[in-house]
Amino acid sequence: MTETKKKNEFLYFALRNNKLRIGMSVVLLFVVLAIVGPWVTNYLPRQFVAPGTQPPSSEFWFGTTTFGEDVFTQFVYGLQATFIVGLLGGGLGTLIGILVGFIAGYRGGLLDEVLNMMTNIVLVVPSLVVLLIIAAYLEVRGLLLESVFIGCFAWPWAARAIRAQTFSLRSRSFVDLARLSGMKPLRIVFTEIAPNMMSYLLLVFILQFGGAILTAATLDFIGLGPTKGISLGLMMHNAVQWGALILGMWWWFIPPGLAITAIVGALYITNVGLDEVFNPKLREM
Amino acid sequence: MSLRVENLTVTYRTLRGDVRALERATFGVGDGEIMGIAGESGCGKTTLGTSLTLLKPPMRFVEGRVTLDGEELPIWDTEAMNASRFRKVSIIPQYAMNAMNPTRKIGKMISELLRAKKADQKTGLRELRRRLELVELAENVLTMYPFELSGGMKQRMVMVLSTLLNPSLLIADEITSALDVSTQKAVAEMLVGFRDHKIVKSIIVITHDISILYQIADSILIMYAGQLAEKAATDVIIGAPRHPYTKLLISSLPKVGVKYSEQRLAGIPGSPPLLLDPPQGCRFRERCPVAFDRCPEVPPFVEVEKGHFIACWKEPVTHA
Amino acid sequence: MLELERISKAYRIGTFGGRQLLAVSDVSFDVADREVVSLIGESGSGKSTIGKMILQLISTNSGEIRFNGTAISNFKRASLKEYYRNVQGVFQDPFSSYNPIFKADRVFRIIRQMFFPRIGSKEWKDKVHRSLGAVGLNPEQVLDKFPHQLSGGQLQRFLIARALLLDIQFLVADEIISMLDASTRIDVLNLLAGLKSSGLSILFITHDLSLGYYISERAVILYRGCVVEMGQTDKIYDNPIHPYTRMLMEAVPRLDRRWEEVKADLKAKQTNLSAGCVYYERCPMVDKTDDCRMMRPVLHEAEKEHFVACWRNEPS
Repeated sequence: MTETKKKNEFLYFALRNNKLRIGMSVVLLFVVLAIVGPWVTNYLPRQFVAPGTQPPSSEFWFGTTTFGEDVFTQFVYGLQATFIVGLLGGGLGTLIGILVGFIAGYRGGLLDEVLNMMTNIVLVVPSLVVLLIIAAYLEVRGLLLESVFIGCFAWPWAARAIRAQTFSLRSRSFVDLARLSGMKPLRIVFTEIAPNMMSYLLLVFILQFGGAILTAATLDFIGLGPTKGISLGLMMHNAVQWGALILGMWWWFIPPGLAITAIVGALYITNVGLDEVFNPKLREM
Repeated sequence: MSLRVENLTVTYRTLRGDVRALERATFGVGDGEIMGIAGESGCGKTTLGTSLTLLKPPMRFVEGRVTLDGEELPIWDTEAMNASRFRKVSIIPQYAMNAMNPTRKIGKMISELLRAKKADQKTGLRELRRRLELVELAENVLTMYPFELSGGMKQRMVMVLSTLLNPSLLIADEITSALDVSTQKAVAEMLVGFRDHKIVKSIIVITHDISILYQIADSILIMYAGQLAEKAATDVIIGAPRHPYTKLLISSLPKVGVKYSEQRLAGIPGSPPLLLDPPQGCRFRERCPVAFDRCPEVPPFVEVEKGHFIACWKEPVTHA
Repeated sequence: MLELERISKAYRIGTFGGRQLLAVSDVSFDVADREVVSLIGESGSGKSTIGKMILQLISTNSGEIRFNGTAISNFKRASLKEYYRNVQGVFQDPFSSYNPIFKADRVFRIIRQMFFPRIGSKEWKDKVHRSLGAVGLNPEQVLDKFPHQLSGGQLQRFLIARALLLDIQFLVADEIISMLDASTRIDVLNLLAGLKSSGLSILFITHDLSLGYYISERAVILYRGCVVEMGQTDKIYDNPIHPYTRMLMEAVPRLDRRWEEVKADLKAKQTNLSAGCVYYERCPMVDKTDDCRMMRPVLHEAEKEHFVACWRNEPS
């Protein structure tokens, strides 16, 4: 009988899945831009470089803002910030979701009911209102705070999904056998259940990553983002606030908007592609 | 009714190649006959049952001819089979009782079925009442949802559904497997009742549980790894089997009255071959205690006595 | 060796656990040394629940389980682990019993890690080979393979080998062959029966009467969580007394006699023993599902310090 290691099987399908290839390519393109971009540009995001409101030219690839700042510079620095928020916020959300999901799914009973209630409450709380209140109290907000905030409100989605998966794995006989081997529950969760869910956890993280980016862009756009620094959402906020729409300065708000759409869209497509790779039943023959 | 299957060969398409699930099956079922098909997992019995009614991808029709009541059934053409399905040949698939639409009331499901098959609603519903009585289901079951019924009730409901249009041939695939012992008996006896009351003419019962077949089947067909091994009257298969596989299989079954301390039963060492690249000739030869050098050639499924068919080179071939 | 005394298990169902479902009710039986006892029941009889309670995978609500005289319900962590050196289980679905992403022999490695942390490699290898030999498996064929590369029969034997690594005294076998093919079933069954001579006691849980007859000296028949009949296997099968047992014997499809013949046989052995509730004839609250007619109700606690023997009274 041919020995097919699962890893090789996944790699085989991963490299051939179109959605995965397209999605990852787009995301990687922007990641490269975010890393390399600040080295390419000579300016700083808020530096006055030329008289304002200039359309794209060979000197300023994305033109200038009303204040004479280089849009391209803002763009690449903004990309950095966007990815950082996505990573931190999405990462935190996934982490909390994993904790809550595993405990609720494995233990069941009263603990599960309590955690469920907590999850539902956080889900229902209007995060925007809470943020407005926080914004009123904190004069200075940084990227880190924004990431933590997003993470603290994004975890319920992850927790629910992970709990459901844990539930179904928990009822399998191999968990009973692990208990019969004298293993402690925590050890069972990390050595038996979690490895089975690796693909699932990856998918959850990708969704959280994309979701965090979108949420950050939304928050920045309405002015509730970090008070210093630059991000794609903030660019769009400034653009709209300083009349870019009226003045027809498309180069100010279209690149950031397009970038966010492209990144988040590509992440979701990657997610679908990965799902097909991991789940043989979804693959087309 | 008469069913004649000749050289039916069906494969499954998979990523790794074609699985040769059914190889040149040739047999017949007579009028009023309840024939059981038994065998272990992977023997091709479900493939056989499904290919007679719903052959669609990933199954692939390779060759063969199926004649029901003199007419050829175009089993390779799913569309063309629509006319015969439910009317001439019907199937109760495995797990059917769990496959009913949970959001539909039973009565609605039945009227939808009648409409889809362009059958007359009034006569259909009148007949329905009679059938429900036959399977001992109260009429109010029509107003219930599937989840309100017990396992046995669902199975009986599915039996009524599949036979509503009086098909000539009914194929029942593992209909007793998931039921309690007492319900199993009731369902099996109802199946015989369908034949006795002429609701269907003949039945093919597919199961891995040979003891059920002993109770209700007139004849038994034993399959192994996609090939037909032996077919004979029930008492002959159980009491005096001739194919090496059948002999080993029957003698490995625990019976009430047989104790380990008194009589040690033996299984068949080894396991069935993979059907992706099956061995040439008789597929049982690697586990067969009497295999010899003719076995790499496929033995034909021939009649060695009246009504007794075997595919084995060790059996004398009588030329009638 | 193993004694069950008045074991009960109730599950809370409904929102906030308002109602109770009595899965096991007042069950008592015992298993002696080197004995195979069959626990026979259909789905919903509570047989798997009893098996899991013996393995302490589920807690008992009331009653006591004693292993070699010691009550096991208080075992936690260390004492539980000691218990598992003597008592193990094998379950129904061979493919669900293995973590699909790991190789099958990982179950051996776990036993080594948890129970034999200081054993040397050569000694362990010998132990493993001996266990595999005892269950009729060839180490070359089954070691270093993933579960999906092995057959159901091999996987079940592997699990029995795992239990043997611990030199257990008692094995709970919960429907271990019902998902195997007919030709491999009997081999695993023979294996189990053969282990009895090496000092193992087995609780063989099944719904299949012919398996129970083949392998066990004593049988316990369960219905809806209660023991309805119990005793030497031949006696129960030859002369079933309780209406439920009679119904089982009548309905099970056999390979030597047809249903009508069995029914006629049993009719000839009719007994006058009424097993139902003594008040059945005159009771206005008689149960529609036949429990009141078929089974004598057992005393259960209706409320604190208040016991009643009636099927119509749901425990609160």
